[in-house]
Formats: sequence, structure tokens, C-alpha cells
Amino acid sequence: MVASKGLKPFRTFTSVAVPIDIANCDTDQIIPARFLRRPRSDRDYPRFLFHDLRFNADGSQKNFVLDREAYRGGGIFVADINWGCGSSRESAVTALAANGVRSVIAPSFGDIHYSNCIKNGVLPIRLSSADCETLRGQLRENPGAEIAIDLDAQSLTGPDQTTYTFEIDAFDKHRLLSALDDISLTMEFDDKISSFAKSYKTRHRWAS
Amino acid sequence: MAKTLFDKIWNEHVIVERESGDVLLYIDRHLIHDLHFRAFGMLKAKGLKIREPDKLFGVPDHSVPTTAKVLADIPEGEMREAVEVLQQSADELGFTHFPMTDDRHGIVHVVGPEQGITLPGLILVCGDSHTSTHGALGCISFGIGSTEVQQVLATQTLWQRKPKIMRIDITGRLGFGVSGKDVILAVIREIGAAGGTGYAIEYAGPAIEAMSMEGRMTVCNMTIEAGARSGIIAPDDTTIAYCDGLPYAPRDLLWDEAVAYWRTLPSDDGARFDKEVTLDADAIAPMVTWGNSPQWVLPITETIPDPGAEADPLVRADMVAALEYMDLKPGTPLCDIAVDTVFIGACTNGRIEDMRAAAAVAKGRRAKVRTLVVPGSGLVRKQAEAEGLDKIFVEAGMEWRQPGCSMCVAMNGDMLAPGERSASTSNRNFRGRQGLGSRTHLVSPAMAAAASVTGHFTDVRKLVGEA
Repeated sequence: MVASKGLKPFRTFTSVAVPIDIANCDTDQIIPARFLRRPRSDRDYPRFLFHDLRFNADGSQKNFVLDREAYRGGGIFVADINWGCGSSRESAVTALAANGVRSVIAPSFGDIHYSNCIKNGVLPIRLSSADCETLRGQLRENPGAEIAIDLDAQSLTGPDQTTYTFEIDAFDKHRLLSALDDISLTMEFDDKISSFAKSYKTRHRWAS
Repeated sequence: MAKTLFDKIWNEHVIVERESGDVLLYIDRHLIHDLHFRAFGMLKAKGLKIREPDKLFGVPDHSVPTTAKVLADIPEGEMREAVEVLQQSADELGFTHFPMTDDRHGIVHVVGPEQGITLPGLILVCGDSHTSTHGALGCISFGIGSTEVQQVLATQTLWQRKPKIMRIDITGRLGFGVSGKDVILAVIREIGAAGGTGYAIEYAGPAIEAMSMEGRMTVCNMTIEAGARSGIIAPDDTTIAYCDGLPYAPRDLLWDEAVAYWRTLPSDDGARFDKEVTLDADAIAPMVTWGNSPQWVLPITETIPDPGAEADPLVRADMVAALEYMDLKPGTPLCDIAVDTVFIGACTNGRIEDMRAAAAVAKGRRAKVRTLVVPGSGLVRKQAEAEGLDKIFVEAGMEWRQPGCSMCVAMNGDMLAPGERSASTSNRNFRGRQGLGSRTHLVSPAMAAAASVTGHFTDVRKLVGEA
């Protein structure tokens, strides 16, 4: 099995964590649509993240949480319900990754965004709404506080040293731990795909 | 064991099942639009090829200006590049593509069903969240990210976990002036914007059975706004009559085989659903959203809610922030809210029935505000013109445009100015969705037309008498 070139294995990660107090934070907020045609290599990519919440029309900063000194460079977000709902744009994860964000902790995630995170080595962690609010509260009170994540143990430790455990699908965990690329993973089953396609076409001639 | 519609189609496509329950699914149809123009170069860079080009269909929609008829009409830059690269890739790699000069072009989720590319029993994907639309024909359809787009191009498969299944029964009958758009907004109000997360939703019940394919597509389209990737409706006589004779639908003997199979697909009696919800169609009124999530929606007869009455402090804060962004005050009747622009179109409401519903209200009246009418495809445009709907819109002072996504995603030059308020038949009222600082209210086509001719939200049932 081949680890993907661009992906880094996710095992443990400790970083300053940023509270994002926005319920139903849709991917249009995470990256506005007008940036979606830009290549991943665009040097401005880090600025696209939360662009319209961070910058005024003249490019000056709005003092969004991400840009406050203590939170700067924070690699973990603690968010609210339904993080990443809406548009399927994978650019939302590209924008997170371009800023060094490797994990988002939230009570719930948009399904497509969740899947996009997994495929880009960003770990989405589901904790209860109450736990997320507790963590966000601690991060608001202690700007610059850190969270430590251990994917193998499926646990994380908050600023007050409380440890939380989380659930994750075994296959998703495996892919993140080993930085596996989906296409390479699939190619192992190349023969099975071919024989399936053949039998499927016989069973459903109308569908071809 | 009794099976659901979703299970039957899913099981038929499983190539490999892992211990974790994740499966490798075979994909029947892959639709692609201009925003994925970089996918082909990335695939090539990895030394990969399109595995089954005959299952790939491309059409530009997001980046097409609704004033443009040919490629050269698109301003130079990234908009034109996206449309141009998609077309060149189709020519070079040999997949079907409907260029903007072809009447069959339009919004990918309007074109797929219209051409019979979407059919019952299939699994269809597209790198766009509103792919849920296609489930209205009785297939599994869902939106995917760009890594998954490359995976489908290279392998014709996807790794997926089966979602839980929710059934939403819409009992009773829809009243006059109430449409599929109002039904799905009522559903989202009921279950919330995250209510469907982790689920696929099967819609059923008398009100769904009585609905046209267009109405069903509107319902499935906004399923993603309830958090679910897939919406699905059992194929029935309405579905089969709709598909019959479409350009890419099977013919003759294969058609008979297809229909025989499709008839086996509806959920069995006694099939178990992970969650069941029931709504009464008779109680649904024309709906208007007031916040920045489609769940913040109310019947037109209501007033802007008071966040002070909300017990949950997090929800209260969210409501306060939404009212501030939308510049609205608690207690204001929805009918008193004036609009600056009206947008009628999008994959939600850009089909012929939507054009007819808007024209019925516009006929003999005058638009009081800027109103864009954007058909969902070249064929919808042609049909509307054959019925004289374009004349009704133009005589009412509305703009009759070329097809595309237009002001739903505001990536083609059609947008609101900062602070402007719209009545829009699109699917998302997110902050900045229709342009920086834009304020969007989601409504049905009839309600959008009513807002256009009165200048504010209006109960279309009162404006237009029942015939």
C-alpha cells in the first residue's frame, strides 16, 4: 500500500487550539466561492480561509479570532454544531491545511466535508456539544492554550488536562494513521472492479 | 428480509466490503462541471486515465455568464479558463460534453435528468453537493469532493459507508400556491440543518406521490440543506413516464428490462428505517427564510422571531447574529420586508414548471425591483419560449437570461451588491453566498415572482386568486 505523496501520517498532534463560535459554519464561510477556481499552489491560499470574516474590503484585518496574537498559527479548531455544512468544495479543507490546521473538533460535521477532511489528512473529531462548549470556553478564557490529540488511542487532552475519548471509523483511522491514498488503495482491487463491472453490465444491460 | 429502496440499489453496487463496513461502490454515472477543470491535469500528473469515459458527462454551469452565448463572450480570466479547459478535456479524453453553444447545456442537475443520463436504480455522483437532486428519479445520488472526483475518474468506484436511512412521509395534499420548495423548507424547519447528517432520506407519502418530477427534484435538491447527502423517491408511473423517450434512456427491449427492474425497487412493506418523520402537507404554507441557515424559515404569515424567547444560549446567539447580518428586527411581519433583487432559477427551481409558476404570477403585472429569470438549461429556455413565458417576463420588466447557476453561487458575475436583499429560489441563504454582504431569503418561484411585482414578500395565495 502506498502512502500518498502530499499526505502526512496523523498519529499524535499537539497545538494551540482556536475556538470557532459559529453554529452551522458552512463551507462558504470557510472559503468564499470566488476563490474556488484558484490552484492549490496559489501563494494567497492561507488568506482564503475565513476570508470575509477576517478581512475588510481594503485588506485590513477585522480581528477575527484566528488573527489574534495568542491564537495565531493554531493547528486545531474547536467548532460548533454542523461544522462544514453546505457546499462540497474540498477547497475548504485545502484552506485549513494551508494554515496548518490538522484537526477540527466539533459536535457534528457536514457529511461531505467530513469525508474531504479524511482524504486530506485533516482529522475530524466528534465530541458532544457540551464538551465542545467546555473546550471553547477554556480556549476563550486562556488564549493560546493547547490541545493534545492521540489518534491511535482515540483520545484528546484539553487545556485543563481533562481527557476525552472519541469514536472514528476504523477504515478512516487506518487511512489517517498511514496517510493512505484512496486511489492506490482502490487499485489493489483492480481485478475485482473489472470482473464486477462485467457482471454488472450483464445483469443491468439497460444501465450501460 | 424487507429492504428499503436505498438498500436495494446500494447492495447491487457493492464490489468489496471491508471488516469496518466500508464498501467499494461501483458508480454508474459521473457528472462533472467547470469548477473541476483542474481534475484532468491532476489525473494526468499522477499517470492515471479515465477508466470509463462513456460514464462521464460534462457541462459548464458555475462559471457561465447568463449574458454569454459563446465562449468568447466570457471575460478573459479564470471564468473562461474553467469553461475552456472542461471543453478541451472532453475533446481530448473522449467524454460527452454539452458546450454552451448546445441547447442541451445548463446546470448539471437540470441536464442529467432532462437527458435521461440520470435513471432509476443507478448510482450517480458529481462534485457538487446538490447532486442529491437526482434521487428524485429513484437513484442513489450524492455530492463528492475533488479527491473523490479523481477517484471516480480513475477507478469508476468510491469507498463509502452506508448511511442510516430516514423516511419522511408527507401526508395529505398541498394547498394552492404551495410547492415542492415549501415542502422541503418545512422539512428543514422540522428536522434542522443537521437533522439529516449521517442519513440518506427517502421521501414518501401521498403528497410526494402526487408531485411532478420537477417538484420532487426540488425536494431532493435541498436534502443536503437538511444535512443528508442523498434524497431519494421511489420510482413510480410518474418517474417512468418522465424517463420514457429521453435521449440517453434505454429503448425497446432494454427499456422493458429497465422498467421491470425499476418496479422492484420501492421499499418493501415492513422495511425498517433508522428514523421516521411525518409532515402534514395541508398544514404547509408558502415559506420564507429569515436567517443564514435554511433551517431559519417560517410561513409567510409569521413575523421575525424574538431570540429572547429562545432558551438555548448557543441557539439564541446564532439567531441574534443572523438578525444582525440580515438587518431584521424581531416582530416584523415577513410581508413587510422589502427586497432589492429577485432571482428565479438555480438547480433548485430552474425547471419548466418553475418558469411556469413564476410566469403565472408575473403575467399582467410589473416587476417593482430588478428581477433575473434564469432557466436551468437551454432546453428549459426553449420550452419556456415556445410557451411564450419569456414574453410574460420581459413585459413584466424582468430579465430573461441564458442558462447557468447564476446568482445561486454568484461565480459568473451575477450577484448582489453589499447589503442588498434578495428573494431567491436558490438553496442557500449563507452569508455572502450571493455576493459579499448579500442578504438572501429563500422562497419558491411563485413567491419570488410575488415579491418581484410587489417589492416585498407577499403571500402569493392572496395575490393570485385560485382559478
